[in-house]
Amino acid sequence: MTEKIVIGLDGTDTGERALAFAKDLASKIDACELLAVYVIEWSPFTFQTAEENERRHNRREEEINLAMSRIVDPAVEGLKAAGFKATGLVRHGDVAETLNKLTVENGGTQIIVGRASSDGFAKRIFGSSTQNLVMHADVPVTVVA
Amino acid sequence: MKNFVKFGLTAAAVTVMSSPLAAQETPGIDERVNEAFAAVTGPFVSLIFAPFPGTEFPWIVMWLVVAATVFTIYFGFVQFRFFKHAIHLVKGDYADPNDAGEVSHFQALTTALSGTVGLGNIAGVAVAVGIGGPGATFWMILAGLLGMASKFTECTLGVKYRNEYPDGTVSGGPMYYISKGFKELGIPGGGFLAILFSIFCILGALGGGNMFQANQAHAQISGIVGDYPGWITGIIFAVVVFAVIVGGIKSIANVTEKVVPFMGILYVGAALVILIVNYDMIGWAFSQIFVGAFTGLGVAGGFVGALIQGFKRAAFSNEAGVGSAAIAHSAVKTKEPITEGFVSLLEPLIDTVVICTMTALVIVISQQLIVDPATGNYLLNEAGTAISTVDGNTGVSLTSAAFGASISWFPYVLAVAVVLFAFSTMISWSYYGLKAWTYLFGEGKTSELTFKIIFCVFIVIGAAASLGPVIDFSDAAIFAMAVVNIFCLYFLMRVVKKELSSYATRLDAGEIKRFSH
Repeated sequence: MTEKIVIGLDGTDTGERALAFAKDLASKIDACELLAVYVIEWSPFTFQTAEENERRHNRREEEINLAMSRIVDPAVEGLKAAGFKATGLVRHGDVAETLNKLTVENGGTQIIVGRASSDGFAKRIFGSSTQNLVMHADVPVTVVA
Repeated sequence: MKNFVKFGLTAAAVTVMSSPLAAQETPGIDERVNEAFAAVTGPFVSLIFAPFPGTEFPWIVMWLVVAATVFTIYFGFVQFRFFKHAIHLVKGDYADPNDAGEVSHFQALTTALSGTVGLGNIAGVAVAVGIGGPGATFWMILAGLLGMASKFTECTLGVKYRNEYPDGTVSGGPMYYISKGFKELGIPGGGFLAILFSIFCILGALGGGNMFQANQAHAQISGIVGDYPGWITGIIFAVVVFAVIVGGIKSIANVTEKVVPFMGILYVGAALVILIVNYDMIGWAFSQIFVGAFTGLGVAGGFVGALIQGFKRAAFSNEAGVGSAAIAHSAVKTKEPITEGFVSLLEPLIDTVVICTMTALVIVISQQLIVDPATGNYLLNEAGTAISTVDGNTGVSLTSAAFGASISWFPYVLAVAVVLFAFSTMISWSYYGLKAWTYLFGEGKTSELTFKIIFCVFIVIGAAASLGPVIDFSDAAIFAMAVVNIFCLYFLMRVVKKELSSYATRLDAGEIKRFSH
């Protein structure tokens, strides 16, 4: 059976560490695919102005293109250069929920993410995306320090 | 360079805005603005509110109610049949995950709501109850329920016939569905009617979406800090609105958009607290509403007076049939235009049936309207045009006094809410007005700037003029939009019917995919 590892990227060092760990792990598995995912934090339940709504479609495309070109594509190319079979995805949504959903949809067998990079008041109230993912994921999750 | 341009524009605006300031030396500038304004707008107002011959019933009120009733029957009581489905849509149950990041149904609904929930709910209801008595509330609720069908019709068309440009932006609204829809059906005159609608939409934006807001915001502020000239409030508002719509200072708009919904919740919450505290009077208040609806309880014009006021204020508050919401709703991401129609029908429900009713109940329960103990009827003022109130309050100050009677500090919260509501409504309507303006004059920096400057000047006029002429003009302008819009909706409603039948069949057959439960 092919192992499919999903790597949650966040554009920071922690994401990079998750990527390095996934590479290391994949090299030890015979049949292994990697899926690099970047989730753009977004909620359908925010309040927006009419002008924001009018331009939203455009902004979304820009956000996806930017995340693809700056974060996901370089990661996928790096993985391919290292000899792995790798693909990438960008999606809007709640980070933990979307990462889990994409993993299930794409047949992922485990998720690797970096430890939460932010600290502070909001995290104390709402918890971090990593914590939420660990609590609710349908597949095993590895959190890289 | 960009900042320099921004600064230059702001400076230019301040120069434009400062003209009333220069005239400050002449005493009574507010009165002069008021007189001039009333004289200019008088004929337009008289035409829109002309009564049926031999009666006092304005034809425009009948126009709106008949339309809402026709749509309700034509679409088989769509507002009740698809109510639950509308809730599922807003919750995102039918949203394709692949479209995540696009404008959701919830966002389109709340954006439209921020344009409608505002002073109409606070001040407008007070005007209705102050003139038409508690019975006006009954007719207001009825108009709100029927209006859901009008809103459904126009918002479905708004999405169906919107323009999607190559750069990904969208523009929609009655001017688009009138011109494109008429062309598609082979009916002549769509182009002309779309232009006529756009003209009225610009006037509506300047009236109800601007002057009425500025006027009542000033009334509320001066009620707390003491009387001072209205143009001062006008200039402050104008500068802030200018900073947002011309200077592109998004942070102010963003803050408002985020605070306003909470203000709405706080307002309804406070009203609920007052109702709970006075729970023993709720039954009495409803009996006043029902009895007053059919007898008038002594108000000017009897029960017809109550009915006219109720219908008028409901239309002004939820804008069903006016066409404005179709502009706001058209930005949603959906493959089925009708889904936005379903979602939009929640708007009059939230706006009129819930929020307006809360205001009316608080005013009635707080006994701000003076009752003649001998007859049990309401006492009229000296002119016989409205019910006498404690301290002679009208409009927003009546609502404020009603809330203040139970929660002494609430007028301060209300003042903040009024200012924010007024501001968010102005921002929304500046957008609606601009869309109509660009439809007429084309898109372009100079064209857009011209409209935005005119919009800001009208804020000052609105704050300086007295309530009477402002409310007359605001109502007339908004109802003029409804004249054209509803006329066209009668021709286009068969398009919506086709969409509705097709969607309902597919929904029943399970072809419309539900992504979450």
